[in-house]
Amino acid sequence: MIITIASGKGGTGKTTVTVNLAASINRDDVTVFDCDVEEPNSHIFIKPENISSEPISVMVPKVDTQRCTLCGACEEICQFSAITLVAKRIMTFPEMCHSCRGCEMVCPEDAVKEDSRVLGSVHQGKNARGIDLTWGELRVGEAMSPPLISQVKDRINPGGIALVDAPPGTSCPAIEALRSSDYALLVAEPTPFGLNDLALTVEALKKLKVPTGIVINRADDAPGIVEEYAKKEGIEILQRFPFSREAASICSRGKLLVNEMPEMKALFQQLFNRLNQLLTESKEAGEVGK
Amino acid sequence: MKVVVTSSGKDLDADLDPRFGRAKYFIVVDTKSMDFEVKENTQNLNLPQGAGIQAGKTVAETGVEAVLTGNCGPKAFQVLETAGIHVITGIQGTVKGVVEKFNAGELSYAGGPNVEGHWV
Ligand code: SF4
Ligand code: SF4
Repeated sequence: MIITIASGKGGTGKTTVTVNLAASINRDDVTVFDCDVEEPNSHIFIKPENISSEPISVMVPKVDTQRCTLCGACEEICQFSAITLVAKRIMTFPEMCHSCRGCEMVCPEDAVKEDSRVLGSVHQGKNARGIDLTWGELRVGEAMSPPLISQVKDRINPGGIALVDAPPGTSCPAIEALRSSDYALLVAEPTPFGLNDLALTVEALKKLKVPTGIVINRADDAPGIVEEYAKKEGIEILQRFPFSREAASICSRGKLLVNEMPEMKALFQQLFNRLNQLLTESKEAGEVGK
Repeated sequence: MKVVVTSSGKDLDADLDPRFGRAKYFIVVDTKSMDFEVKENTQNLNLPQGAGIQAGKTVAETGVEAVLTGNCGPKAFQVLETAGIHVITGIQGTVKGVVEKFNAGELSYAGGPNVEGHWV
């Protein structure tokens, strides 16, 4: 089963929830996929060993100027201005190319050849406890993250328990990570700003038809705006993690809360049990694996 | 020689528009006679990106030798360079004023883009 941990904005503690949830599951088939490719940091907490890395690249066009007749067909089909005719020369802008191969297909002279551009890498390793982590890392200065995220997701084996750390926000990269999850766990902060972002993510998830639950991070005692919203939308709040200076300091040292704070471990185990229950129920109801 | 000045208005008294890719108008000026012609920066709004590239193409079609503007991003710069057009960045004033400065030899060509891509 695939559980994706997402949030409307960065800094809500999404990675903290992902890595600690992973570490509190008592099974040997737990895998974590860090799709926050612009700023992957799950590996800091999970500490994988024997890491293998693989560069990931995409197709970009390269024009054979001997064959090109400057007909302009490629420029016309390109939706991204990534191939263009200027002063009787054909120019390509690889960093704007979406690798759709449209130019290659329409060129009447077979002048568009395949070249490649490295987007980043995918790394994989297992930690001492047996948690298997796969993470993507976008090359510095690169903006095209969705193809790299789908490369990370292609490595998911839905047989075990896969936890996916999504990039923050509701833009293209986040949606790419949430697609085809069995469950989306949204990490929210009890602030008006946080709520606004949360609502956007919830709307996107409705369209993707992914069952959704909320965990509140840095929750204060009084039931507040997130609770109210969740009630109105009929979304379950699966856990509340209280604000704690101690927890913040443990995280900032790259350590796992579940190893240092027994009360946190209990909360995370509770969260997993509830998730497991929900997913088993929906599996029985035949909803999983649409 | 002929140059293009990015402009916020349609005559020589208008202020230079500091943006190249999203400039309102391109004014093609003959630096000797001060005769000029106004070109709109028409953009294909259906395309999600590439304002700088499209603007670069529009300017390339005018056959000028240099562009006088405020900020020029890397892609527009590449297009202009390919078309053999010199770029002068970081200037301000009226269209007429900057052409006069150009004639007086007070401006020098930029060796590269002076802003990041999203500036266009
Ligand atoms: S592959 Fe697609 S996006 Fe890339 S240059 Fe060709 S037409 Fe444009
Ligand atoms: S479609 Fe082919 S021949 Fe035509 S301009 Fe593009 S590369 Fe050249």
